[in-house]
Amino acid sequence: MNASPSLRNRINTVVRDIPRSGIRDFFDIVTTMKDVISLGIGEPDFDTPWHVREATVFALERGATHYSSNLGYIELRRALSKYVAKHFGAEYNPDNEVLVTVGVSEALDLALRALINPGDEVLYHEPCYVSYRATILFAGGKPLAVETKAENGFRLTRAMLEAKCTPKTKVLMLNFPNNPTGAIMSREDLEDIAKFAIEKDLIVITDEIYAELTYDTPHTSIVSIPGLRDRTIFLHGFSKAWAMTGYRLGYACGPAELIDAMMKIHQYTMLCASSLAQKAAIEALTRPEIDVGEMVDEYRRRRNFLASSFKEMGLECHRPLGAFYAFPSVAKFKIPAKEFALKFLHEEKVAIVPGTAFGDCGEGFVRCAYATNLDNIKEAMVRLKRFMATL
Amino acid sequence: MRWKRLPFACLNEVFMDELLKLLQGNALESHANLGKLLNKPAADVSKEIAAYEKTGVIRGYQAVLDEDKLDLDRVTAVIEVKVTPQREGGFNNIATRISKFPEVKSAYLMSGGYDLLLFVEGRNLREVATFVSEHLSPLEGVLSTSTHFMLKTYKRLGVLMQQDSKNERLSVAP
Ligand SMILES: Cc1ncc(COP(=O)(O)O)c(C=O)c1O
Repeated sequence: MNASPSLRNRINTVVRDIPRSGIRDFFDIVTTMKDVISLGIGEPDFDTPWHVREATVFALERGATHYSSNLGYIELRRALSKYVAKHFGAEYNPDNEVLVTVGVSEALDLALRALINPGDEVLYHEPCYVSYRATILFAGGKPLAVETKAENGFRLTRAMLEAKCTPKTKVLMLNFPNNPTGAIMSREDLEDIAKFAIEKDLIVITDEIYAELTYDTPHTSIVSIPGLRDRTIFLHGFSKAWAMTGYRLGYACGPAELIDAMMKIHQYTMLCASSLAQKAAIEALTRPEIDVGEMVDEYRRRRNFLASSFKEMGLECHRPLGAFYAFPSVAKFKIPAKEFALKFLHEEKVAIVPGTAFGDCGEGFVRCAYATNLDNIKEAMVRLKRFMATL
Repeated sequence: MRWKRLPFACLNEVFMDELLKLLQGNALESHANLGKLLNKPAADVSKEIAAYEKTGVIRGYQAVLDEDKLDLDRVTAVIEVKVTPQREGGFNNIATRISKFPEVKSAYLMSGGYDLLLFVEGRNLREVATFVSEHLSPLEGVLSTSTHFMLKTYKRLGVLMQQDSKNERLSVAP
């Protein structure tokens, strides 16, 4: 950027001081290169299910091109409420406890802005999705990162939270299945966290965007644990499980007071989520088990393939249990993760993302997304093995 | 297996072995890779495949061709056949007799307005017509036939012949 210094000084200091996403840096390098195999993509390679796309076209023909209600079409909110009750174990009133948003991204922003007063602390776990820290800062909060560890399967424990929590801590953010580690939490794991949240009177924001994508055990949501529904904002969306990233559609469920507060911001800043995308989502919810099931089966096979390949070449990796990411350790090569990723990119033309893009404690790890077809994954593993032999 | 009880697992696989499904997608996949995908030793995969071949579940391995690209002098006809079932053997005897003609590439027993559905190949219209009039129709038990010619293939064996241009995903994304 070559903005003049005087303009730079006009920029809000919080915004100015937040560094660019580490992923962005990497992306800029990759785009200058040709024929790169990318394991760097955090979005599904599958096409959006055809019946959903077909329904979108139909909705367009039928003229669903106007504003919807601020909360979203009631038909969609009813379908969401049913879906969440069935798969996540909490009931939400579609009239005032469900808000349709522009992706989970917007929902995260709304939730934080609706809750945070200047200086309120927000606990979240790293390595984590690239936007968490920035979104907390934009909302005027103080981010408190808790480090999860490979030896724990990157799960969050009560002790980790206790070490960081202060009387000023107001919110706890969770994301399981996790981007970038592929970690999930069992019911017992979550019960400990739930107890802690109740004791410390925290509001929980849970980003469960990868909930459908677990490969060995079903997902458990923290909202299904007694006492948590009424202090939790549950976030989910269609980007990952339905391969609908470009539709930009997500939603938040929570107690009416909290949803109402988020809705206030949403109505003035966004008005409503895309009507067409909402119509598509209504269709997507008609047969989720089948659409998503096909993809889950394929992701599982790829996960299996990656895990066996890593093992075969002696690359240490905790077993990824959800989302579509593996997070192997490259610490034994004694070079920073970023250097590893850059070297691998230049020498073998495979893009992976250094763990440091997801928080400082991601040092020593790289994220390999298996949201790409098996041929690419196979070739990438051949190249990785060859590359490792040179280190 | 545990994952079969997951809420999001494909219904097909409750009925079909995942190994068969993978082979249907790509029969050339190495047993080592199949093992990695299914999280079992390659030797187990080889054994299972051998067993499927032996019991005749796997009848063969073929390439899926886009024949429209080959400019072949060939036509494919889809023929609906009405037959009288025989006292013994029902439709099987007549269906087997018809299936043995090398011109018949596929044959199915159907419900509905006719009994057998045949896919028949010939070098040209006349050849197929000759097959119908000289071999098929005269067979005892064949009541009537209705022949349709295939003009273009859009999808075969689950494979689209016309691929959409690949969607443009960013090469690195959060
Ligand atoms: C953990 C997590 N939350 C949220 C998002 C953004 O989701 P959406 O497309 O719904 O805005 C992502 C996308 O990568 C993610 O990984």
